[in-house]
Amino acid sequence: MTLLCLNCSNDDGGYEPVPKPLDIPQLFLENIIAPVIPNDNPQTVEGVALGKRLFFDKILSSNGTQACASCHSPQNAFTDNTPTSDGVDGIFGSRNSMPLFNLAWNYNERFAWDGKELSLERQALEPVQNPVELHSNWENVVERLQNHPEYSELFRLAFKTNTITKELTTKAIAQFERTLISANSKFDRYSLGQASLTSQELNGLDVFLREDKGDCFHCHGNPNNPLWTDNDFHNNGLDTTFSDLGLGGVTGDPNDNGKFRSPSLRNLAFTAPYMHDGRFTTLDEVINHYSEGLQNSLTIDPLMKQINQGGVQISNQDKADLKAFLLTLSDPSFINNPAFQN
Amino acid sequence: MKNYALIVILVLSLMACSEDSDDNPSLEVAPTLTFTHNWDGSLVTNADFNAIQYTNTNGEQLSIERLRYVISDIVFTNSNNETIELDVYNLVDLTNANNLSFTPETTIPSGTYTVSFTFGLDNEDNSDNYLDLNSESFNVPDMLGGGYHYMQFDGKFTNSSMVEQGFNYHVIRAVDNPGANPTFPQDTFFTVNLGSVTVTQGSVIEVRMNIAEWFKNPNAWDLNTLNQMLMPNSAAQIMMNQNGQNVFSLGAVTEVIDN
Repeated sequence: MTLLCLNCSNDDGGYEPVPKPLDIPQLFLENIIAPVIPNDNPQTVEGVALGKRLFFDKILSSNGTQACASCHSPQNAFTDNTPTSDGVDGIFGSRNSMPLFNLAWNYNERFAWDGKELSLERQALEPVQNPVELHSNWENVVERLQNHPEYSELFRLAFKTNTITKELTTKAIAQFERTLISANSKFDRYSLGQASLTSQELNGLDVFLREDKGDCFHCHGNPNNPLWTDNDFHNNGLDTTFSDLGLGGVTGDPNDNGKFRSPSLRNLAFTAPYMHDGRFTTLDEVINHYSEGLQNSLTIDPLMKQINQGGVQISNQDKADLKAFLLTLSDPSFINNPAFQN
Repeated sequence: MKNYALIVILVLSLMACSEDSDDNPSLEVAPTLTFTHNWDGSLVTNADFNAIQYTNTNGEQLSIERLRYVISDIVFTNSNNETIELDVYNLVDLTNANNLSFTPETTIPSGTYTVSFTFGLDNEDNSDNYLDLNSESFNVPDMLGGGYHYMQFDGKFTNSSMVEQGFNYHVIRAVDNPGANPTFPQDTFFTVNLGSVTVTQGSVIEVRMNIAEWFKNPNAWDLNTLNQMLMPNSAAQIMMNQNGQNVFSLGAVTEVIDN
């Protein structure tokens, strides 16, 4: 009886966070398999709310000047507008900040450009302590959160404990990040029969899908895969030698050198500059790269066509049409969604 | 196949109700298919990828960088020519070593059968919407008839100028007149007959793919002329279909005992 009473005194009065399943878009339900939600981190109203607050809170950085959102801004589809990003000490990293949306559908759960982060929860650990990002350490962050007048209660509501840990902190951030769903572009509405594409946009789609023209679909999906990425790793012919090994730096396999994760083509209107190092300022430069600018190397993906000519050599009209199509994949309602703003 | 659930089409639905079934009822078993790959007898796994180390019949040296393909509609035919068709499919992905072992959920009576399956998807199955294949970006664009790849086989070869060059041996339904109204000159999925197999509890049936055969017979494949952009090339697709006829064979049939 004594033990029973002790147990009763330690519980939270039967309190349970409120489940908040992801609001899965119709196109996703109809075309791709279910998102990945870890069993040990279910989505809850309180967890998402806590994660959102943490995402925008500069308390995670060493000097209180930056938050996750500093490099992952809602108006840029949760990336920023510089080739690489500067951290709290004004030092720039070597990679372009990746946009954040539809992350729960990355089935292999390899995140970041080089796939080094094996879950969203684990990914969120890294930038906090990275010297060129938030340059903090988790011991200090946890202490600051624990001493904060509100966070202790917010963690209790989300996780039924007042004891804050880095693991619970990143779980909350991951829950918020999984809610960042983009599925309301012009092309999405076209797919649902709710919008029409112009003849130029339709020809751009044709260029995108034709193996003898753009052949973009092998790596970036198609109308039946609304993610517009395969979330796989490819050497897309940017360089003949590599200053950044990409996936190869993670696996140690030289066959992976120069390979980076295919980014989604959604929201390109908001995510310039492009590529893992932000080298291309405009979509025109990106298209020109695949048309004429491919660089050969040992690990270049065989899907890259006509490398000896620099690429697939599409006409200027096809380039313009392809760009017009690509822009139909951008989703203004996503960047303006009030649920995603600070 | 629409729900990815297994639907058994029992052409003879009462196989277990033969005259002596009360005395000797057939055991219901769930055979496993495993998929192994070789180059003219030498085992190929993804550890062998990315190195130019194979030579095709035409004399070109090549590497393998990606290999995945669909098999479907596994059929068991007994000595009375009665068939059990499992309306299933499996995306074999050697690149990532996924689905190299496949056990359909549906059981069949133990016995001796001729076992066959379809390489790719027949036209009816190819018109369905498969969420898992979409998620793998295995689709074929609508202007090429839609549906799915049957196989994606990518690698590099040393071309006649002694330069490494990529190839994409992608097998799809042969198509002409790409666009809004494509036409289909010839079906390019095909039936693979593995021969006779005695299926018992825990049976594991090895399906062997000799990758070299894709380049061999009856068409000695010239990668210098047929290397990329083969999806809209119906003549190439028909040649792939012809070469595919001898790619698969029955390997070992073993029995795994559950403890």
